Amino acid sequence: MTFRLIGRALVLGVGLAAALSSATVAGEYALTVDPVTIDTGDFSRAGIGFNGASPGPVLRFKEGEDVTINVTNNLSGPTSIHWHGLILPFQQDGVPGISYDGIAAGETFTYRFPITQSGTYWFHSHTGFQEPDGAYGAIIIDKKGREPFRYDKEYVIQFTDAHPHSGDRIMRNLKMMPDYYNRQQRTLFDFLKDTETKGFGAAMADYKAWGEMRMMPTDIEDLQGFTPLINGKSASANWTGLFKPGERVRLRFINSSAMTYFDIRIPGLKMTVVQADGNNVQPVPVDEFRIAVAETYDVIVRPTEDKAYTIFAETMGRTAFARGTLAPREGMAAEVPEMREPPLLTMADMGMAHEGMDHGAMMADGKMDHSKMMAVGTHKMPDGTVMKGMNHAKMTGDTHKMPDGTVMKGMDHSGHGAMAKPDPFYAAGSGLKPAAANGGKFLSYGDLRAQKPLYKLREATREIELRLTGNMERYSWSINDVKYADSEPIRLRYGERVRFKFVNETMMTHPMHLHGMWSILDAGKGKWNPIKHVVSVSPGTTVYMETEVDAPGQWAFHCHLSYHADSGMFRKVVVEGGPRASAMPAKSMTGG
Amino acid sequence: MRNWHLTAVVIASALLVARPLAAEPVVWSIGAEQLEYRVGEGSDIQAWDGGGFIGKDELRVVWRSEAEYVSDTDKFETLENQIRLQVPIATFFDAVAGVRFDTPDGPDRAHGVIGIHGLAPQWFEVNLDLYLSEQPSVRFEVEYEALITNHWILTPTLEIDLPLIDDQEIGQGAFGPTIELGARLSYDLVDRSIAPYIGVHWERRFGESATLARAEGEQASAIYVVAGVRLMF
Repeated sequence: MTFRLIGRALVLGVGLAAALSSATVAGEYALTVDPVTIDTGDFSRAGIGFNGASPGPVLRFKEGEDVTINVTNNLSGPTSIHWHGLILPFQQDGVPGISYDGIAAGETFTYRFPITQSGTYWFHSHTGFQEPDGAYGAIIIDKKGREPFRYDKEYVIQFTDAHPHSGDRIMRNLKMMPDYYNRQQRTLFDFLKDTETKGFGAAMADYKAWGEMRMMPTDIEDLQGFTPLINGKSASANWTGLFKPGERVRLRFINSSAMTYFDIRIPGLKMTVVQADGNNVQPVPVDEFRIAVAETYDVIVRPTEDKAYTIFAETMGRTAFARGTLAPREGMAAEVPEMREPPLLTMADMGMAHEGMDHGAMMADGKMDHSKMMAVGTHKMPDGTVMKGMNHAKMTGDTHKMPDGTVMKGMDHSGHGAMAKPDPFYAAGSGLKPAAANGGKFLSYGDLRAQKPLYKLREATREIELRLTGNMERYSWSINDVKYADSEPIRLRYGERVRFKFVNETMMTHPMHLHGMWSILDAGKGKWNPIKHVVSVSPGTTVYMETEVDAPGQWAFHCHLSYHADSGMFRKVVVEGGPRASAMPAKSMTGG
Repeated sequence: MRNWHLTAVVIASALLVARPLAAEPVVWSIGAEQLEYRVGEGSDIQAWDGGGFIGKDELRVVWRSEAEYVSDTDKFETLENQIRLQVPIATFFDAVAGVRFDTPDGPDRAHGVIGIHGLAPQWFEVNLDLYLSEQPSVRFEVEYEALITNHWILTPTLEIDLPLIDDQEIGQGAFGPTIELGARLSYDLVDRSIAPYIGVHWERRFGESATLARAEGEQASAIYVVAGVRLMF
């Protein structure tokens, strides 16, 4: 096999063959960071790309390879490239101010690091808002041995939320007016509709409850008005991947959006999830799955019929959709579904419903007794507070018996036959909990089990609590109420196993990304807990992850929503002790 | 014109002070809540109420400007500019302190100002300012944005100006408030940057202020139909 840069959106039809060679190899790659024009069809604007295009190329590496990547900055200002999800010496991680100084205008920086893993990853600029402005690309690393699943062909499906405004302007607008981009706020007409469906009193009480908090149940996507793209193509441009009926097709989904989660389905095809964040998982057949910002999922589909299938990806807030096609021949298209109704946050998402409940451990404990769907009505909280007039119309939540045995009262179960399974990764009663469009299986973090654990299971040496905090009205985001600018680094000791406890105290969903070391998500699966690089934390939930501290140096740890990270939901992590940092990456220290 | 120079100096110095603090970006905004033409029984009036800010979460330098220009007489009936420092004091509220210069056609006034500005429950944006000088006054403003749709917005406003002592030169009597009520229906034409609107504006002077107005041969109350544009950049 040759190792080379492969142009964007190309068929990567190498399949199994690529995985067979095992000789140690060294590959040299070149990337330029360039000013480009982003043209989505809806709008055209100046942006930033790699090798003259956005998205940049698909970089294809091989496990065991020593890569040398020369990155030339053709911009008028500084840049950087971060290899998202790659385990490497910290000086090669590409975060200005933490890993290195960045790459000055006109300079070439040489990255050198060994490839010690396989799977689907991506790369992006970690400077300013260059990533939302278009500076992203995909990475495929072929496995040294055989994959534990078969496929005949593969495609990268990389999402982004291309926006007509530059990142700087978006940040400024959000600071100026936090709901600047929210065009799905509840209006007079929604109020009138609500008074019709649940009565004036209940509707009024609901609006009052939200108004009291000065929060919006529609606050799901801070940023709207973007054009979702698949491999740089809008829904109308319809990115298409070809297959022969009967072939197994591996789809490598990457969410490179600045701010947007997608719910992905391919009507007519079952998807088998085989990998999450670059690490193989025990196969899970699903009808639909949600991809958080910066996550990757690999799925295998086997279309047997000689017809086209739509890859349909609605944003979590249902403000837009990306669409592509799998087809036996170019130019074919299948029906494009309508977007579903936008969800509404509930009081549960505000963290008001279940104080002190431990969602991360709940699945393992199996303590919750969930049965039927919640209906419109009065909602009695465990503390006895009665919340009237909550809008449960959109809820897929459940009636629940609390761990202490309290049963929530005042619910009308009539006419709700659907059985919704609990998902501990959403607050009980959350408006965000997804359901598959066809009524089938929607992937949950709780379904993910590592194919092959990377680490021995052991007790964490300590727990670090990270409260995800912020002030929506000021559009300021923080961890433990402290913004990055005012924070001290999180100090870890080499060799320890740290249990991170994320407590989401905000109304937003935060995809938390730790650089340099794996995030072992506590999905209640013990040694089979999935190994990730992004852990999405829904509002009103507590989620745990553990990290084997095996990478000396200093690393970034942040919410991967660009405008949250930039406004303060960010930390530097310092790993103390371990192999001397100077001894390790000496060969990598060259560079511009 | 001196106010404009002051604005520039304050903003420039704020930038220099703000820079070394952190990587957090300095943000700014400029615009006008109201930039409008008022048609009433008497003379028509051109008016604006706007300003801008520059700064970070912890400190913003805010410029506020209000004017009423009467075309018939070619005079600024109102022309005030304020430069205020604004700092957060609670989740939804900021404290402000600064200076206000009134430079209409007629006597000038200068005040110090302290106040609070923020978002009250149920989404009411409120301002309460105490103007300190030899002619102190209190001003309370409240505004609400009612979404008819996500682009058609009805904005009722209320402003109460309460002089605390007589200032006959400018027609203000102690505890004789001036009340302004408005309702403007706007349409977001370009993002939230440009939103044309139409509406009504009513103002009335009470008590001693009303008496002074009548003595000058003016009406104590006036109602206008307004058309204008809300700008935010």
